[in-house]
Order: sequence, then C-alpha cells, then structure tokens
Amino acid sequence: MSMSSIEEKARQARGKKSLYGTDVDMQSYESEAKPQTVVENAGDLPSDVKKAALDVGVKLDGESSGAYVQMDQTPVVAKSLYEGVEIMDIASALEKYDGLKDYWWKLVAPDADKYTADVAASPPAGYFIRAKKGMKTVFPVKSCLYLGSTNLNQRVHNIIIAEEGSELHVITGCTTPAHVQRGLHIGVSEFFIQKDAKVSFTMVHSWGKEVEVRPRTGITIAEGGSLSNNYILLRPVKTIQTFPTATLAGRGAVASFNTVIYSTMGNIDVGSNVNLNAPETSAESISRVVSVGGEVIARGRMTGRVPGARAHLECVGLLLSDKGRIYSIPELDGQSRDLDMSHEAAVGRISEEELEYLMSRGLNSEEATSVIVRGFLDVEIKGLPEDLKQEIKNITQREDLKGS
Amino acid sequence: MVHLLEIVDLSVSIGNKQVLKNFNLKIGQGETHALFGPNGTGKTTLLNVIAGIPRYTVEEGRIVFKGKDITHMSMDERARLGIGMAFQRPPAIRGLRLKDLIKIINPKADAQEILKKMDFSAFAERDVNRGFSGGEVKRSEMVQLLAQQPDFVMLDEPDSGVDLENIKLIGEAINTLTQKDLRPSARTKSGIIITHFGHILEYMKADRAHVMLGGSIVCSGNPAEILSQIKKSGYEGCAACLCPA
Repeated sequence: MSMSSIEEKARQARGKKSLYGTDVDMQSYESEAKPQTVVENAGDLPSDVKKAALDVGVKLDGESSGAYVQMDQTPVVAKSLYEGVEIMDIASALEKYDGLKDYWWKLVAPDADKYTADVAASPPAGYFIRAKKGMKTVFPVKSCLYLGSTNLNQRVHNIIIAEEGSELHVITGCTTPAHVQRGLHIGVSEFFIQKDAKVSFTMVHSWGKEVEVRPRTGITIAEGGSLSNNYILLRPVKTIQTFPTATLAGRGAVASFNTVIYSTMGNIDVGSNVNLNAPETSAESISRVVSVGGEVIARGRMTGRVPGARAHLECVGLLLSDKGRIYSIPELDGQSRDLDMSHEAAVGRISEEELEYLMSRGLNSEEATSVIVRGFLDVEIKGLPEDLKQEIKNITQREDLKGS
Repeated sequence: MVHLLEIVDLSVSIGNKQVLKNFNLKIGQGETHALFGPNGTGKTTLLNVIAGIPRYTVEEGRIVFKGKDITHMSMDERARLGIGMAFQRPPAIRGLRLKDLIKIINPKADAQEILKKMDFSAFAERDVNRGFSGGEVKRSEMVQLLAQQPDFVMLDEPDSGVDLENIKLIGEAINTLTQKDLRPSARTKSGIIITHFGHILEYMKADRAHVMLGGSIVCSGNPAEILSQIKKSGYEGCAACLCPA
C-alpha cells in the first residue's frame, strides 16, 4: 500500500465506529503533544517514569535485550543491548527500510475503524523491534508507553518482526501517572512471526480512571512459528476495547493467548481472535476475569479452516459484586472437516467450600477471598523466561486485589 | 479432669432435617476420641458444627471450648482459638501452592520439615489438593494441620483411600498433633477421629471411642473393644451388647 493510499483510506474511515466497545469522542482529546526530552539509556529516564514502568512489570534498570520508551508522542529511548535484536523508533525504521513496505499496515487496515484511521493520519510514533534470523534472546526487550499529559490522544504504531528461527520476548507496560486524569491511547501493532520463530509478548496495562484505550493488533505466524501473548489489566480504566487477531498461516503454527483481568469499574471489552488457516496449527485462549465492579466482555473467537486444526477457548469469570458484569462470549467457527475445537466458559462466585476451607485454617473471610482471587488470577504461562514469569506473578499477586 | 471441649444437649438441623439430637460429649485435655457409626448418622455434621461451618442451624444446646461458649463464633475465630480439622473431601484451590498455604496458616512453620515428615515435598509447588489422589489429599490435610498446630484436632476419615505405607505416616502425624510422645498427664492437646474400619487405630492412640446412631451417641468405651464388637455384631448390636439401655 502506498503512503498516499493509506492516507486516503484513513481519511474515508475518520468517522467509522468500531464494531465493539463504547464509542470514543475523539474530538474531546488533544492531538498535539509537547515533545519530551530524549535520553541515551533507559536508566537516564526521570525516576517517576521508571517507577511507573516498574509498576507495569517493566524493570528498566534490570537485564534486558534492549528498551523502547515512548512518552506521549516522543520516543525517548530506543536502544538494543543485544546484537541479535534491532530496536528503533518506527519513524526511523520507516526511513531506514524504505517505508517498511512489506509490513506497514499489512496486518491492520488503516480504515478498520476511526481509531486506526486516526493513527494512520498522524505522524508515526512507536517501536520497531526485529529479532534477526536465528538469533535467540534470553532477556526480554522492555518497552513502556507512557501517557503523561492530561487529555492527550496518544497514538502508537508498532511493528515486531521475528525472523526465521529467532526467539524474542517482549514486555510492554502501558501506563499513565497518577496526575493524568484523562486521556486516550490508541496503539496499532503488527507482529510478523516468521518460520520457526518463537515470540512471547506480554502486555501490562495500568491506566487512570478517565483513560480510554483502543489497541489494534494484527499478528501473522508462519510455519512452525509460535506466539505466547499475555495481557494483564488489574487497575481501573474508563474504557478499553481490543480484539487482537492472529492468523496461523503456516503449517504447525501455534498461538496461545492468556488474559488476566481484575475489574473495578469501567467498560472492558477484551478478547482474542485466531484464524487457523494451515494444517497442524493449534491455538489456545485462556481468560480469567475477576469483577468487583464494572463491565467486562470477554471475547474469544477461533476459526478453523483446515482439517486437523486444534483450538481451545477458556473464559472463566468470578463476579464478586452486584455492581459488576461479566459477559463471556466464546465463539468457535469450524469451516472444515476433522477439526478439534472446544470451549469452556463459566461465570460465578467464589465457592463457599473453598472459603470455608481456608477459614477453618484461621484466615478471615476477607483474607480467604483475597487468596482465592489471587490464585484464580495466577495463570500458568508456559514458554516465558523465568524472570518474566516472576514479574507477571508479582503483578497478579499484589496485596491490593480484594474480593470486593 | 479439665474438659477442652464440652458439647451440651446440642440439636442441629440442616434445611428441615434434624441431624444431631440432644448430643452430649466431653473431651478432656490430652484425650483423643474415636467416633464410629454408620453413614449418614451425623458424624461429619458433628465435626462441621464444631468447626463452625455456617450451613447448619444450632437449635438447642451449646459448644464450649476452653471454657468459652463458641456455639455462634465464626470459623476463623474458632480456628484461631485452637480448633483444626482434616476434611474428608477438601476442595482444591487453584493457583494456591501448598507451600504458600503453609506459610499463610503459620508464618513460623518450617514448611520443608513438615512436608518431609509427610513424605510430601514433591507437592510443595502444587496447587492445594488440585489433581491429588485420595491418599494425597489426606497427606495434604495432615501437612496443613502440622503447620496449624491446633489444640483440638478433628479428623474426618483420615485413613480412607490411603495405602498401608501412608496410613502409618498419617497415624504418626496424628500422634504428633495429639502429643502422644508425652506422658498422658503432660498432654494438653486433644482430638477426635472418624474412622470406618479403624485401620488407622493400629498406628495411633485413641483413648476412648463412641458409637453414633441417629444423631446421638449410643455407646462409649474402650476403642479396641468397641471396634471388635462392631465388627462382630454391627453398630446397633454393639450398642445393645456393650451399652444396654
């Protein structure tokens, strides 16, 4: 797609509402951001930014394969610490690689809705991460998207390419500091997982009570490639809607989505959509939702198009308050013979029996509830490096997750 | 004799069904009692009511523990007062590792040592009771009680589904919990155990036994004597023979 046709499509989709999620009044947000100070290393960032990143699992001082930090619209750090990985801000990458013709807007349509259109019409900001052929990273690439100005419409467009036989782990924390009352974050992400490449992508969100979030993600996985996609949202948000779509395009490709949500307010519409388009592909989507308030719509869709594809969906919700709602929508779409597709969905309360069991050991009702809730959110994620696993565990085991 | 637990004229119902009728029982400090009786006679109910599970309605009578009336106390208060229970069929708790639960129950407990004692170290990282076999569940219960160190331990069929090697281990754990290593007058901890076949009694010491029928105790006496009489003439026969009205 040429730049002019992208712009043209974006122009036409300016008012196009999204199929899911509440409609965001884009005019009420500011699209111009003040530039932020660029630093050489992630360690040189202001301490409040580092602290905010840490809060979403991104230890910028720790060991990593590199880092990308964007404050508002400014990429303030983009640095690789490992020769096997290239990390750049997307504008530089577009320049260096002749517009990234094979990748730019290939997996997400600029005219998908008004949010993608808005990103397409804006100057590009975001990360470009490329794991080079055969190179295996041990430490994750750490990225933080920081929305630091009230009322800003933060737009991000990311590209991840895992070349043949590479291994890449990325953790992205998206966050707003406490002083930001209101904001909009739109993130377009396109992931290209090539032959036999292995990618884990972990995203932790922590927004403000008046922040609206619209990630738009497209993923393609080639023969023998695999993706482990993990999404964690435990803090209040006004609205969020995302439905990342992965296409298993090559034989034996594998995708697994893990979603962990603790909702206290707002409208959260989150899911995953997987197309199983090649033989011997398999996909799994596990979502665990706890609501003590707010509305959570947990979607999962799997479409099996070739014989032998295997897919499993699991949406389990704990609804702990009359103020909350959990709407679980698992969808299986079989379009071929010899498919193996299944789902399991449940919404309920904490089992009395479990509560009583823990109380018989001396825990009071509140402590017992909290232990059960944290256990419920502790999703076993396979294929992650140990420290990343620990990081996720630390986040889901926070003391402030209560029953109600 | 100081009574650690005293149950006085207790009547309990669940829904519209009465399960305990004018039930009386005294357990002294340092004593361990065994409870026999056919299925559905109210043995588990008794333990649940002492533990304070809220499903039951106490219609009459009272439960006194350490001199305090605990009849309407919450479960966790009772646990903190020193009551512990090994459940017959405990639930599994997803995402809660056994070693973490041990720390929650008693931060000072030596989890490694306890797990080793119960030959259960391999289960430290496992979710509590999740995917455990019948016998493993029983050992998990004992591990938790060894951490909790209650003054009064209630064991609901700790031997069901347990193989011969592990039954010995469980018997030893019960002896530890009830201080059978101390001379009788030095013991302060007490217990009550429900067992159907009495195998576990070959490995642990019970001081007294009771036969329950229809929601009350109909006969009490020496554990070995009662068990052999039950084997010979059944529960009712045992009561008729040893404790004629």
